Amino acid sequence: MSIAPTDAELVARCRTGDDDAWELLVERFSRYVHAILTRAFSLPSHTAEDAFQEVFTRAYEHLDRLRDDAAIRPWLAQLTRRIAIDALRAAAREHTIDVAEVERIDAGAEERIERVEQAVAVRAALAELPDHCSEVLDRFFARDESYATIGAALDVPQGTIASRISRCLGKLREKFEHEGRSPAPTASGGR
Amino acid sequence: MNEERIAELLGELPPAPGAWVRAASELPRARREIGRLVSLAEADGAFRDALLADTTAALRGAGLEPAPRAVAQLRERLRQH
Repeated sequence: MSIAPTDAELVARCRTGDDDAWELLVERFSRYVHAILTRAFSLPSHTAEDAFQEVFTRAYEHLDRLRDDAAIRPWLAQLTRRIAIDALRAAAREHTIDVAEVERIDAGAEERIERVEQAVAVRAALAELPDHCSEVLDRFFARDESYATIGAALDVPQGTIASRISRCLGKLREKFEHEGRSPAPTASGGR
Repeated sequence: MNEERIAELLGELPPAPGAWVRAASELPRARREIGRLVSLAEADGAFRDALLADTTAALRGAGLEPAPRAVAQLRERLRQH
């Protein structure tokens, strides 16, 4: 089994022009960036898609500005927030959203980002569970798949999916609590 | 943190749409391919016209996701030359 590179290793490889490393970096942070755009800032799908591409384009262009390679996550978070706010303001200028609505979203974004950070911490614990647990929990709770879809994909009788979810959720809670996980820092790692 | 809360938080991070992830993943290669197409277009006017006529097909032909951003970038660069 290969060991996944750390964030810092991944960033270092991206700087050398390693396309595979870039693909892995996008894959690793895609849910996080997507969640900030769509959940913390409530961007509609077409705006979020453009913002998502803008985040990764700027990240690619400015990776050399990152002071601490291990701080890629908070750096991306800050970049994503700036781009989301710009997108909201542009929508307000074009009158596709009320200015008051932009202010309401902006005011509540901090709290919703905190929730996304908690979700990241839970996913880190999820990644340490055995595959049969992490996959069933991801499919059911994050991908919103039905018992029938999960059963067919994993070749497991539908009747056992519910009990597996319950058992695996218990394991995840134990892992999360016993290891005293807390959300990742959100301070900027850029300059 | 109880299991209900953990389940809610798992739902906070659904996968980003596959096409978005593919387009972002292809960024380095897309830049190289767009640069190559623009160079070819500079040397061949007929090729340039064909590219402008169907930019989406040109990107697909280069093995790239014809994302709106990539299409716009290629068209913009072709217009500059």
